[in-house]
Amino acid sequence: MSIDLKTIKHISKLSRISVEEQKAEKLAGDLNSIFDFIEKLNELKTENVEPLTSIAETTLKLRSDEVKSKNIREQIIKNSPQDNEDYFVVPKVIE
Amino acid sequence: MSDITKKTLSELVKDIKDKKLSSQEVTKAFIERSEKSKELNAYITEDYSSALDKAKKFDQKPNLNLKLPGIPMAVKDLFCTKNIRTTAGSKILSNFVPTYESTVTQNIWDEGAILLGKLNCDEFAMGSSNETSFFGNVQNPIDKNLVPGGSSGGSASAVAAQLTPITIGTDTGGSIRQPASFTGTVGLKPTYGSCSRYGIVAFASSLDQAGPMAKNVKDCALLQEVISTFDSKDSTSIDFKRNEYSKNLTNNIKGKKIGIPKEYRIDDMPKEIEELWQNGIEYIKDCGAEIIDISLPHTSYALPTYYIVAPAEASSNLARYDGVKYGFRAKGENLIDMYEKTRSEGFGAEVQRRIMIGTYVLSSGYYDAYYLKAQKVRKLIKNDFDEVYKKVDAILTPSTPSSAFKIGEKKDDPVSMYLNDIFTVPVNLAGLPGISIPAGHDAKGYPLGLQIIGKAFDEQNILNIAYAMEEKIAFKNKITDWWIK
Repeated sequence: MSIDLKTIKHISKLSRISVEEQKAEKLAGDLNSIFDFIEKLNELKTENVEPLTSIAETTLKLRSDEVKSKNIREQIIKNSPQDNEDYFVVPKVIE
Repeated sequence: MSDITKKTLSELVKDIKDKKLSSQEVTKAFIERSEKSKELNAYITEDYSSALDKAKKFDQKPNLNLKLPGIPMAVKDLFCTKNIRTTAGSKILSNFVPTYESTVTQNIWDEGAILLGKLNCDEFAMGSSNETSFFGNVQNPIDKNLVPGGSSGGSASAVAAQLTPITIGTDTGGSIRQPASFTGTVGLKPTYGSCSRYGIVAFASSLDQAGPMAKNVKDCALLQEVISTFDSKDSTSIDFKRNEYSKNLTNNIKGKKIGIPKEYRIDDMPKEIEELWQNGIEYIKDCGAEIIDISLPHTSYALPTYYIVAPAEASSNLARYDGVKYGFRAKGENLIDMYEKTRSEGFGAEVQRRIMIGTYVLSSGYYDAYYLKAQKVRKLIKNDFDEVYKKVDAILTPSTPSSAFKIGEKKDDPVSMYLNDIFTVPVNLAGLPGISIPAGHDAKGYPLGLQIIGKAFDEQNILNIAYAMEEKIAFKNKITDWWIK
């Protein structure tokens, strides 16, 4: 299998990370060497194996449905790069 | 230079309880040494003046019933600390000041410890050499221009260099055990679900676990009993009966059955590592334990499995860094452009690579071929361990396939860097506890570690085995203080 520049463009869009053209080539090379290494898994037959979805084999505990964090609006907004009163500010979305 | 920083955690606790030392004396000693050790670049954020204030307050009204009375401690910068910047070694979090505290660090402060500062690490804990940190390389105190390992590289360096009496790291694929091995220190990765993940910057949620890093096994046991608590804020925290690990620590391991997995004898393994392992086997026999040859047939599939599962989970966890709610934001022409530039400028190369691998293996048309396949192989790896644990109580392996390497040596070859974790990754995939203890030196005088892997929730047993071996090995770290001016 081989990851070409078109695939890099596609993954870059899906992961919302812009990749400059000159870096795309190097990235494709790196990813190909990693995927070559991962391909080893195809040596194994796994049709009848159940996937491991959770390492802790316990049922999830239920907690009572009550609000524990109250009046933390200031805390939530505190680290925002840009805000206005009680809102996060982002570049204009609607024309 | 005072002798205070040479002491173990247990000695310092005793001295403070016996009123031979005050918290202020201890705190000052570690701050002074940290100040002279800037060349190691172990710290990202220092909090010395507030540490001194806290030590003063402690001494005015000392509560000597606590487990860590007035003990200063620096922690990996992956733990959220209230009102103290927490960066995860990343540009994207370089201005992030949490408004809450991680459960693990809260447990430590509740037992009387005092924060010295936040320690350097690979960006989002993705790395095996601390070279992916936005805040620069960390020096291994063992030798100049040597990596301390990673991702808990700053933590390992700080313990080995005596900048903190003890610390906590996190381990997703070896990030506590491999740096411990590279710096001649002890590091424990607890069973998955033993320590709460609440407030730890997430990397791969089904693998991440916090754990202690220390000068010796006893200190490690003491800190483990402080940090391991059930926590309803982490839905994968497990409610089991936790031991007082330090109190129950014993070097009596007579009759224990220790497995030696043949698959860990990899091709091209340096002779020194092979000898180290053989010596370890002899020490175990000397202690009256029994050696049993075992097989973990899917060992060689662990790393490829890890490099699907961990990036997949990381790509999902790191989707939250969008420049909107917190962290770094780049300017963009529109919302999408802002997202893409923020993530491109905010994440380093290794983190971007892993997000992209994860995105790809989870993307439409590839999920079954990669992610589902990896989850199935992960099951086979776990089954291997379940099977051998019917016959043995623990497993002995080398911690790493080599000693510490030079800064820059493996930076441009991701796969060769990943191979560092070949002996540690299977333990995370199976959710088991593992401890690395220093066990010898290579020809260059660099430390080498042995790993003891236990059954789930059997931390006491591997701590005991490590304790018994530590006594036999009588390891002495060769540190010259070369970085102190």
